[in-house]
Amino acid sequence: MASMITVEDLRVTFTSAGRPFRAVDGVSFAVEKGETFGIVGESGSGKSTILKAIAGLIPFEAGKLELAGERVTEARSRPQRRLLQYVFQDPYGSLHPRQTVDDALREPLLVQGLPRADETIAAALSDVGLELKHRFRYPHQLSGGQRQRVAIARALILEPPILLLDEPTSALDVSVQAEILNLLAALRKARGTTSILVSHDLAVVAHLCEHVAVMRGGKLVEILSTPALREGRVQRPYTRQLVAASEGYAQQS
Amino acid sequence: MSALLEVEKLNVIFPGRGGETRAVRDVSFTLGRERLGIVGESGSGKSTTGRAILGLLPHSTRITADKLMLAGQDLRHLSEPEWRKLRGRRISMVMQDPKYSLNPVKSVGWQIEEPLRLHLRITSAEAKKRALTMLEAVQIRDPELVYQLYPHQLSGGMGQRVMIAMMLITEPDLLIADEPTSALDVTVQNEVLRILDRLVRERGMGLIFISHNLTIVSSFCDRVLVMYGGKVMEECLASELTKAKHPYTRALIASVPLLNQPRAKLATVTRDPAWLA
Repeated sequence: MASMITVEDLRVTFTSAGRPFRAVDGVSFAVEKGETFGIVGESGSGKSTILKAIAGLIPFEAGKLELAGERVTEARSRPQRRLLQYVFQDPYGSLHPRQTVDDALREPLLVQGLPRADETIAAALSDVGLELKHRFRYPHQLSGGQRQRVAIARALILEPPILLLDEPTSALDVSVQAEILNLLAALRKARGTTSILVSHDLAVVAHLCEHVAVMRGGKLVEILSTPALREGRVQRPYTRQLVAASEGYAQQS
Repeated sequence: MSALLEVEKLNVIFPGRGGETRAVRDVSFTLGRERLGIVGESGSGKSTTGRAILGLLPHSTRITADKLMLAGQDLRHLSEPEWRKLRGRRISMVMQDPKYSLNPVKSVGWQIEEPLRLHLRITSAEAKKRALTMLEAVQIRDPELVYQLYPHQLSGGMGQRVMIAMMLITEPDLLIADEPTSALDVTVQNEVLRILDRLVRERGMGLIFISHNLTIVSSFCDRVLVMYGGKVMEECLASELTKAKHPYTRALIASVPLLNQPRAKLATVTRDPAWLA
């Protein structure tokens, strides 16, 4: 079966103070249709930059970047842009403060020129567990978890085959995180969406993904299957260090 | 052992146009020279409790307590000058994010020496000597260099160490750390915790460690208070947090995904209004 997302030798270079900085350095991986692929790493490891490059939000060079079997560059055609949607980390920053939930969900439908917007919006809200009373509220009238649900509804309303999730639960309390993770798992089961989940939390990534890529300093350290990660069958010392650190503080006596 | 800090029936009320908000309700605990964790979700009143102990809440706030004693001194009716004598000298606080809590236009050295200048009469040469020793104690490799740097030249982990150095230089009795590692990467988190742990042990301080991270609190602290809606739901030994009895604590623990054991579906927290009655 062909991969839904194929990334080969992806490179992203930023220029900072006149000097080039390689934020992503020769990263390759493939994501099968219906799979959730995790990317973990610490700040500055380039994990979010990979997502932005795949989404075509920043310039990049690549040996090959294929979405749904089609080669893409930074410039995208309208059908290519419909292939994927993005959910950002901060539900406070990613919704327009002066647009209601209805406005936020209607915009992608208008851009793509789709009919029957009212019914679609109502369905999208109930899919993410929001009620009709939330439809005409502003972001400040919603809790953090509800806002992240709106962001997910907005991403899913065009029924994209690919969903890019950039730390979707990092800004949320653990109890709300659990609700959003359950929602993502249920939506994936219902729709068979292919996704990439970026997170600094190994346990969150292991919870949703089949494969996990570990990033450090713009390079891919290793790609593991989730069972291997759970059982501690890791190859690289850096991954071992990450696993140990995520298990909490080791008391010194 | 006599208690370092005694808190009995602490209540904090924020007046507002839409009515009063009871941020902290009847919170009681005692702290010896140990590490006490306070966990809870956003809005549970954990930070407000920490700020009330330091007298850092706005003047409009109504704070009442049956008892609020630091090593025999009553903290309830202190004037602002009396608070200033206490803060930074006997109680200090490490905040969440060094990016926002360090002064961007003052050098690291100047900031670490500030509590010394305010509380002790010592020469500037002596102050510098102590600042450099303190930077070494928080495991900064080149203290002389870092002493001259400004906060924007530091990484997150280094900035947090500088803040810890600044807070511990006067050797306070009580340190309140409000989410001290939440803005840091996991591997850096553990280094900062190790430094805190060692300094607190060596100097025999009491530590109040405020965090939303159950894993860190249960592995780092001696005892844990679990807060919800301004109330203490449960108090237990940190090592026994997984055996907690209160339904809220149990639900919180069950909602965290674990690396070593898969959970098909994460538990969500159902809140019982009776908890706040």
